[in-house]
Amino acid sequence: MGVMKLRGSTLYLGITGGLTLALAGLLLHASQQVGAAEPGFSRKAALVRQIQLTDLCLFTEASYTRNPSMTDLSTPFQDSPLSLDHFPSGGLIGPPPHLTGNPRD
Amino acid sequence: MIERQRHIIDFTLSSLMRRKGKNGALLVVYTLIIFVLASVLFFTHALKREAALVLKDAPEIIVQRTQTGRYHPIPIERGTSIGKINGVISVRPRLWGYQYDSVFQANYTLSVPAENAPPVGSIDIGSGIAKIRDISPEDIIAFTGHDGFPRSYTIREILSDESELLTSDLILLSEEDYRDFSGIPAELATDLALRVRNPREYATIAEKITQIYPDSRPILRSEILRTYDAVFGWRSGLLIVIFSAAALAFVIFAWDKATGLSAEERKEIGILKAIGWETSDILAMKFWEGTVISLTAFLVGIILAYAHVFLTSSPLFAPVLKGWSTLYPVFRLTPFLDFGQISALFFLTVVPYTITTIVPSWRAAIIDPDTVMR
Repeated sequence: MGVMKLRGSTLYLGITGGLTLALAGLLLHASQQVGAAEPGFSRKAALVRQIQLTDLCLFTEASYTRNPSMTDLSTPFQDSPLSLDHFPSGGLIGPPPHLTGNPRD
Repeated sequence: MIERQRHIIDFTLSSLMRRKGKNGALLVVYTLIIFVLASVLFFTHALKREAALVLKDAPEIIVQRTQTGRYHPIPIERGTSIGKINGVISVRPRLWGYQYDSVFQANYTLSVPAENAPPVGSIDIGSGIAKIRDISPEDIIAFTGHDGFPRSYTIREILSDESELLTSDLILLSEEDYRDFSGIPAELATDLALRVRNPREYATIAEKITQIYPDSRPILRSEILRTYDAVFGWRSGLLIVIFSAAALAFVIFAWDKATGLSAEERKEIGILKAIGWETSDILAMKFWEGTVISLTAFLVGIILAYAHVFLTSSPLFAPVLKGWSTLYPVFRLTPFLDFGQISALFFLTVVPYTITTIVPSWRAAIIDPDTVMR
């Protein structure tokens, strides 16, 4: 007797079911990780208080992307009014909203 | 009923397999687009959440002094009059700045911490600096000061890897060492950090400060937090390029599907109708055809994006994030997921694709089979 050929629909539904289960597993993983990270976040918040930090250290190449919240509008063009922003991270992030409007109005 | 749908799926799959190359390529490209979009969404959302959680304890108000559009050191004596404003609990001068290391071509951030500052002659450094300079506690490190003379410091501590996203490039030192190193006189500070009790008073206090010192620029904590909310907004630089490329790709997909079926597909529909398939069967087949491609691409794309962003350190984004910098934080984000974003991605990709697969087939399926086959 030959091996029974698997139906296409069985294969497809099996794969889709497997992928859905994998996704559900990842969502569980995410919620578990978020729970586990809480003490770490309190330690980091304490560090922010201790050092009086205002920004994340995401980009160290330019002052206005190292501390985006502390920067001013002219910083990216500080060499001359016509000098273009030549740091890649400058093209990655937008200006802080308090520079582009007056949110305190 | 289920058996009927399963037969239709069987048929759809064999029909898809007949055009293996085309459908395979479509599936790969579709998966890649979902992967890139989901990676960007996961990454930016997790980063924003992380910023909001750790920066919630940033100083309530920072007061800078600006001259001709750039910030300059602020006289510390201004703290006395600012401290008298109602609602201000304390004013603390902050000392911080940058240092360029020409040997390693790296920028460091120097800062004097408010508490637990290292003793004179010692410094704490971020783990990013420790890695590129290959140093450990008790080692001695030298930097050239403002007057061109080098100063050497003993490493007291290396800040934890855990806090790399905050401290990777930091050098913490005592106020005395900072002033000696940078040449900033004792009466000046980089800016002033204010503690304010009532959040509702932030704006009023900021206004009073600008009235007393028109050249000052107060930055509220809420503005700092909003910065990270907006900094990776969809309009910012590269993201809009990624999003518009993905949108264009979907327009091409939809266009390809909506402008009609190939002669071969029309013929197939005609034959199916001639052998007795109902219009509803053909629509069910086309529904499955759209679903097989788009749901598989969606699931695989999302799973790969999760692995890329949260199980590794987003290696594909690394070259973009690093830019020209030689010192960059290596961090793994906490998987904060936004279900709204995942479902929006689902409704913006899977649903339109499936609909654009069904509509032209419906048009073909309601025509007389004889006309379609000719």
